[in-house]
Amino acid sequence: MIRILSTARTEFRIALRNRWVAIAMVLMAVFSLVLSMAGSSPTGGLGVDRLSVTVASLTSLSVYLIPLLALLMSFDAIAGETERGTMSLLLAYPIARWEILVGKLLAHLTILSLAVVLGHGLAAGVALSKDETSLAGLPAMLRLSWSSVLLGATFLGAGYALSSLSRRPSGAAGLAIGLWLGLVVLYDLVLLSVIVADNGGWFTTQAFPVALLANPADAFRLFNLTASGATAAAAGVGGAADAIPLWQSLASVLLWPLAALALAAAAFRKVTP
Amino acid sequence: MTSTLTISALTKRFGEVAALTGVSLSVAPGERVALLGHNGAGKSTLMKIILGLIPATSGEVTICDATPGSQAARRSVAYLPENAAFHPALTGLEQIRHYLALRGEDQSQAMPLLEKVGLAQAARRRIGTYSKGMRQRVGLAQALIGHPRLLVLDEPTSGLDPVSRREFYALLDDLAAHGASILLSSHALTEVEARTDRIVILSKGRLVAEGSLPDLRRCADLPVALHVTARNGYASDIARALPGAILVNGALHLTCPQSHKLQALSLIAGLGDKVADLEVLPPSLEDLYAHFSQQAAQ
Repeated sequence: MIRILSTARTEFRIALRNRWVAIAMVLMAVFSLVLSMAGSSPTGGLGVDRLSVTVASLTSLSVYLIPLLALLMSFDAIAGETERGTMSLLLAYPIARWEILVGKLLAHLTILSLAVVLGHGLAAGVALSKDETSLAGLPAMLRLSWSSVLLGATFLGAGYALSSLSRRPSGAAGLAIGLWLGLVVLYDLVLLSVIVADNGGWFTTQAFPVALLANPADAFRLFNLTASGATAAAAGVGGAADAIPLWQSLASVLLWPLAALALAAAAFRKVTP
Repeated sequence: MTSTLTISALTKRFGEVAALTGVSLSVAPGERVALLGHNGAGKSTLMKIILGLIPATSGEVTICDATPGSQAARRSVAYLPENAAFHPALTGLEQIRHYLALRGEDQSQAMPLLEKVGLAQAARRRIGTYSKGMRQRVGLAQALIGHPRLLVLDEPTSGLDPVSRREFYALLDDLAAHGASILLSSHALTEVEARTDRIVILSKGRLVAEGSLPDLRRCADLPVALHVTARNGYASDIARALPGAILVNGALHLTCPQSHKLQALSLIAGLGDKVADLEVLPPSLEDLYAHFSQQAAQ
């Protein structure tokens, strides 16, 4: 336990000095504030409270921002130590590999959680101050917060796995950006284009829901939109939220972090310094 | 006395390439052993196997009755990797406190450890501002944590100035006097010559020579060099008396096999007043190293 905590403390300190803590908090705060301010215009006609609309906007933002922050913090975790020559030293110490991984995860997850709590707190504050009925949207906001942290854990795990697989931090950074582009940006575009080509056939009815659940970012969006009943405010792939039961997207949101961390542990086990 | 480190018939292959072939070696408590070899001779591979970082293909290694990489072995072994660059964002003090925590030691020992390696002044500065020699000292400080039974040091004095090297070897002497075994690799043969009990020469993954410096000299049987300085005017007399001698900068240089050394000395002593000075130069470790490496190559 001491070993894990010391690793986490050291990693947190490094992130603090590398400005990652500041970058994550400022990004989340600024975007959340902008969205909660700008979210006011469409409320009138929809008949939902202001906070619920903010949650829908924040969901779309988090899908992009949280994975990016998580990957940026994690890509250097293993490859960086290998390149500096400290990995062989660390592995010669009486610390297990999983303890190293858990220590780093603890630090990075704390930073993400701080950023999420700050951003969402500010957004909720703005919504509540302008619209008293916003209290109704609070459960949705809390759900968005904890699922954001789980989404972060998933991409942290993926980042550690990529960092273990590449010999250099620059290679790991490339893989991380590739993963982000692939899962968060291109994945939905490909799905949409296949649906258009499929024209309501087998893919649209059978494969599409599975494809959405298989992607942690899409599952996160589905879960939050379905749970808050905010599908009306969502566009694009999010519009499919009605078709997939809540328990399925919840399962994906809960299982992905475990799967990603298991992947990271397996990849790290193969690292020979 | 039982050995701290025992290696028997160790072989390591990377695919088709044999990195180590049938290496056997043991290090007793308090013994300082130097591992010499060209780049790629297998020194670092041997060290990584001892540390349990990579598995051996065949053969056996035991450290204090434990297998490499086991919790017990890792607790009793300290390691200094070659060219370790610690995270530039941490201070020396923070880095050592972290390593103390990983070994389950009291973190308040960090400052005394840094004092021991002469880094107390820079302890609160970030490692990013350190010179190479200072980073090497951070590495040394972490290797001193706890009471390691075996220290595995890969090129420990690279980047250190001559005074720091002397201080470093004084630290090692102290550790060895308290029963720690030391296995170090180095390219600086002259410092190894004076500061270790035993020398092991690796060449292309094979152990080609092992022993104390006098042992290796006897075994190699390289010629001894004698430098004779003549009194004014007697140089040609001496040159006549010592066939094979050549005149270099006013001194006569002569080489003879080990077995003829005493004979040559008595011959020179017989020249009496004509000789101003005499120097006997045994083969250096450089010569021995070159000899054993070449012999292995043939």
